[in-house]
Amino acid sequence: MKKVIMGNHAVSYGVRASEAKVISAYPITPQTHVVELLSEMCANGEIDAKFIKVESEHSAMAACVGASAAGVRTFTATSSQGLLLMHEMLHWAVGARLPIVLANINRAVGPPWSIWTDQNDSLSQRDVGWLQLYVESNQETQDTIPQAFKIAEELQMPVMVVMDAFFLSHTYEIVDLIEAEKVREFLPPYQPEIKMDVNDPHSFGNLAGPDMYMELRYMIQEAMEKGIDVIKRVDKEFEKVFGRGYGVVEAYRCDDAETILVTSGTVASTTRAVIDEMRDEGISIGALKIRVFRPFPFEDVFEILSKAKKVAVIDRNISFGGHGIFYQEIKSALYGRTGIPILGYIAGLGGRDITPSVIREIADKALSDKNPERYINWIGVKR
Amino acid sequence: MKQASIPLEEYMGSGHLACQGCGATQAMRFALKALGPQTALVIPACCWAVIDGSFPHSCVQQPIYHTAFETAAVVASGLKAGLEMRGDSETTVMAWAGDGGTFDIGLQALSGAAERNEDIIYVCYDNEAYMNTGIQRSSSTPYGAWTTTTPVTNYKRRPKKNMIDIMAAHEIPYIATASTAYPHDIIRKMAKAKEIRGTKYIQIFAPCPTGWKLAPELSVKMARLGVTSKVYPMLEITENGQKLEVWKDFEPSSVREYMKPQGRFRHLTDEELDGIEREVEANWQRLLAKEKMLGSIPGLA
Repeated sequence: MKKVIMGNHAVSYGVRASEAKVISAYPITPQTHVVELLSEMCANGEIDAKFIKVESEHSAMAACVGASAAGVRTFTATSSQGLLLMHEMLHWAVGARLPIVLANINRAVGPPWSIWTDQNDSLSQRDVGWLQLYVESNQETQDTIPQAFKIAEELQMPVMVVMDAFFLSHTYEIVDLIEAEKVREFLPPYQPEIKMDVNDPHSFGNLAGPDMYMELRYMIQEAMEKGIDVIKRVDKEFEKVFGRGYGVVEAYRCDDAETILVTSGTVASTTRAVIDEMRDEGISIGALKIRVFRPFPFEDVFEILSKAKKVAVIDRNISFGGHGIFYQEIKSALYGRTGIPILGYIAGLGGRDITPSVIREIADKALSDKNPERYINWIGVKR
Repeated sequence: MKQASIPLEEYMGSGHLACQGCGATQAMRFALKALGPQTALVIPACCWAVIDGSFPHSCVQQPIYHTAFETAAVVASGLKAGLEMRGDSETTVMAWAGDGGTFDIGLQALSGAAERNEDIIYVCYDNEAYMNTGIQRSSSTPYGAWTTTTPVTNYKRRPKKNMIDIMAAHEIPYIATASTAYPHDIIRKMAKAKEIRGTKYIQIFAPCPTGWKLAPELSVKMARLGVTSKVYPMLEITENGQKLEVWKDFEPSSVREYMKPQGRFRHLTDEELDGIEREVEANWQRLLAKEKMLGSIPGLA
């Protein structure tokens, strides 16, 4: 069934179709609609789940940890300060190998207070060990939720689905709704081998000395390294049932492109329009959208970008004292294997609009920039 | 004090990692005897995170989920919800935390769980300081006590936080204090809590010989003298905070007899001890007055 819904509700419908059993969340703008609709769905029996209405995001993630430890499918959603408050328990979910799915609506971090989008909230959680998938449309948002559960449960790793505040969360689009009955063909019920069980008692997470801890960390990295293949396979399986797939990266008119713009999230849609316009002008340019940030698809990125003569990365985020965060990853993917200039552009922080003309400005700068040492170019900053 | 028999079954092995005379260890042994094998535990950072033993060993036969310091009550809430969604509504979920994880860092999550009336037993084994990190003051540390962060030149000059009143304000179905000197009573209260649906809060007075600078063989004696000196009253609050019963049927002893053997109080002068004695008596009288007041409200039990 097709329905016009907001991005936040696309998350809720994805969770309903995935038949999550325990949901726990705390409200925060711009995420709140996700859990409002879910609490309604729980109340009216549309979804057979318990909703634990906790007193903080830290507790939301902790409740998910407890529920997931019991061996049931578990979901939460948050944004910005909420995600940062969860930080400790994000680590816990990884160390405990719990396949929790979290939707994070990218919102800038205060102070000053901002409710608008940028990626610093989720990207500052880069090293906790969560898989991160950045989505671009409401359809992709809904479809990515059951994909995330399947990936999470196979790898025994938590997965974060990340989307832009307002540009996606509050924007209405047509979505082909998926139903639980059909999703079951793709995503079977979660039946973990290891769980909290009085009939098979274990002590989980107790002290591990230096002789053991490192091996457990190695196993997390092993799961991450398997992740790219698992994400690709799960995406194919989803496509088989629903006819839609998204890949780990998406190359747009990159085959013969001399210059490639690298983007993520909703900026990818706008960028495609600019690429078409520039192609019409005879400029050899393409765009690469990064959908999967952790594990980072180093090989897929290399394969596409290594054919170009110049790469420009648009970051709606910044690692202070470093560079744009996607920029650093792209550089790392190409390091030592090509001599292609890689230029970094910081744009759209705190929800500042990244319009077609902003992207055109970045593209024009990249085309004319002869100095590949300039890793950070601020776009539209009043100085 | 009402008696219960002590079940013969042992769920805790001797290979634990606690100090000699550890009250927290005695408390767990009796609690598990009362609750039996169909019990799942959640333990945050506290002495018991270590006492359990290191991976892959555990000194407890029931499953344990170790979690972050401030999350015992909410992880227990999530675990209970998860078990119920799995079709298991029989398993008792018990959060088991120290006073740091209860009175201080875990207070928010505990308040949240109690307000939602989650069907869990929350036990605070109260040894009155951060003992696992090496004896730092908590908001449960009593007035006058030495700890490594309240040196004798600047001993703790604020009273112990009244956690029982805080929990009573949440109107949960069952609240009790207990003491490791009275195992029958711990067992009776745990067994009672097991049969009640909703949030149960039990605070067990659990001496820490290491942190109290006390001879280990005096651990149980201190747990008893704390009660009989009225420093640590034994009580039960039922009817969602509306009925208070204080245990009074004991031979009273002096506050000095309780405090003297403990090195943590050694620096106190006679004058300071007099002051503490007066405060203990005042608290006791307030408690009895409250018991009487609640019992006298028409329409309340």
